[in-house]
Amino acid sequence: MELQSLTYLVVGASFALYIGIAFASRARSTGEFYVAGKHVHPVANGMATAADWMSAASFMSMAGLIAFLGYDGSVYLMGWTGGYVLLALLLAPYLRKFGKFTVPEFIGDRYASQTARMVAVVCLIVISFTYIIGQMRGVGIVFSRFLNVDIAVGLTVGMAIVFFYAVLGGMKGITYTQVAQYCVMIFAYTVPAVFISLQVTDTAIPQLAFGSSVVDGSGFLLDKLDQVVTDLGFAAYTSGTKSRIDVFFITLALMLGTAGLPHVIVRFFTVPRVRDARMSAGYALFFIAILYTVAPAVGALARLNLTETIQPGPVGSPGGNLAYNDRPDWFRTWEATGLLVFEDKNGDGHVQYYNDANPDFAPTAESYGWQGNELVVDSDIIVLANPEIAGLPDWVVALVAAGAIAAALSTAAGLLLVISAAVSHDLLKSVFTPNISERQELLAGRVSAAVAILLAGYLGYEPRAFVAQVVALAFGLAAASLFPAILLGIFSFRVNKQGAIAGMLTGLVFTLGYIIYFKGVFVAPFAENIAENWLLGISPEGIGAVGAVLNFTVAIAVSAFTPPPPPEVRELVERIRVPA
Amino acid sequence: MNKRTYWQDNLRLVFLCLVIWFVVSFGFGILLLDTLNQIKIGGLRLGFWFAQQGSIYVFVALIFFYAWRMAALDKKHGVGED
Repeated sequence: MELQSLTYLVVGASFALYIGIAFASRARSTGEFYVAGKHVHPVANGMATAADWMSAASFMSMAGLIAFLGYDGSVYLMGWTGGYVLLALLLAPYLRKFGKFTVPEFIGDRYASQTARMVAVVCLIVISFTYIIGQMRGVGIVFSRFLNVDIAVGLTVGMAIVFFYAVLGGMKGITYTQVAQYCVMIFAYTVPAVFISLQVTDTAIPQLAFGSSVVDGSGFLLDKLDQVVTDLGFAAYTSGTKSRIDVFFITLALMLGTAGLPHVIVRFFTVPRVRDARMSAGYALFFIAILYTVAPAVGALARLNLTETIQPGPVGSPGGNLAYNDRPDWFRTWEATGLLVFEDKNGDGHVQYYNDANPDFAPTAESYGWQGNELVVDSDIIVLANPEIAGLPDWVVALVAAGAIAAALSTAAGLLLVISAAVSHDLLKSVFTPNISERQELLAGRVSAAVAILLAGYLGYEPRAFVAQVVALAFGLAAASLFPAILLGIFSFRVNKQGAIAGMLTGLVFTLGYIIYFKGVFVAPFAENIAENWLLGISPEGIGAVGAVLNFTVAIAVSAFTPPPPPEVRELVERIRVPA
Repeated sequence: MNKRTYWQDNLRLVFLCLVIWFVVSFGFGILLLDTLNQIKIGGLRLGFWFAQQGSIYVFVALIFFYAWRMAALDKKHGVGED
């Protein structure tokens, strides 16, 4: 069978599975719609959380980013997993004990303030929308590349599928669909990784291949990689180029942001007991860790494969570089998408891929007759092109397409649900129309999910650059606004509504301001985004950690000068601190 | 049942786990990277390994360890759910 039809078949079968599950587990009450009736087994919730959390970015972009960043890519690995430790130890069990439906609801009750709840709703909607646009975009890219359809068509199909199971099934439908999506995703991710590990190192387990020798006897994988990339003027793979302080703060911001993301937190509302919430966080991270420990191996193997394809002979020798006319098929395929671009700057018909931004390497490159780097590789293609680069069978390529779509859809659905719950439960039911019945609230939840999908699909259609800029924003805002407010709400009796509101607004405005100042969302940047201009050498990606520290400081200071919270708040905090 | 000692025990356990959490990631993987990279086990430099693999394994173990110890504390202080 041809690759195209095979891909349609595999992707189509996965869609049929999701729709079947969604239909079987559709929500009948608001409790089922918001928190799956709190009947989800901790292992199932762990899988669902893993699928919810691992987005198109984790599946498609992360290994590629690591491949090109080397050590600097560690910020994603540690940041996006370490947050679960904070979630399991500091937030999830207590929020489960609180026992209601949404994150803003907790903030509203704990600080006895509708204003605090509204500030939390605003933070939640900004964070979740930012995120969902990226997912819809991911769906569009996969469809257009693997199924050869227009991005708009791909987006529409993706929207229709998410609409069907998120709107019909609510949290209950999403949970069981995400379990299936996790299985599809992890299978699709690990199969090519195992094949490639075997090819390069003769070791079947990618985590071990990472520390193994390559089969041609030229030494350990990472030593060889350090060698080949430094020969081309790049920084050594295992040391990186970012400053240590920046790596520290980006990692911290991603950890705090992960723990503060509403669509992840709310998953722990769905298990039956407090101790299930603790265990479930462990299962979630275990399932996530399978992909996250394979990713750095994939990154290293892919970087080596790519470099050796472009530079098959000794660096600087006349025939050492790939002749453009002999380029492999995958090279042609990806050139057609514009994600791989070759420009023959010195007109020798060969491809030179090296670091032309390194002044120390410039004289060497010149002596070889090289006149600039000739190949631009978008890091997103590493995972998608990997099976083709390694010459794996067509069914593996089809599987990767289905896996990438599963990753994007599962995250999009989780995000849609928290947005719709914030609108129907935190805005309509609690503020604007408190008298609506449960049936009407359920309908409002479905309608707002539908509106959110349409808006996300529309925003995901064009804004490529926009998405890249706002990803830092989602994590930074979650770290600087929601995380401190929830944490203080559990671990302090004294922090009151004035403190919480002032803290959240300070964190929000500071982080938003810093990111806009350097990256310019909606407006032109005010200053060049370089280390010399940054506060203490911290990039916009890491500034959320500073925003969180400011939030904590302001919240505690303001609370100290204002009256303590009412006695009911003390009772609430005492109640959530013990399981029974 | 004494909620105050339960909470104190919980805080002590959380603190211990967070120290380990900090040491393996921010300590071994970032601040001590260059020192630990001098040590090589097989084909892996230790600091780099902690940053890209080791810290993640420790995180998973930490959460299960915490859940296990907390279940014991719930029982000891009579605040468990069953």
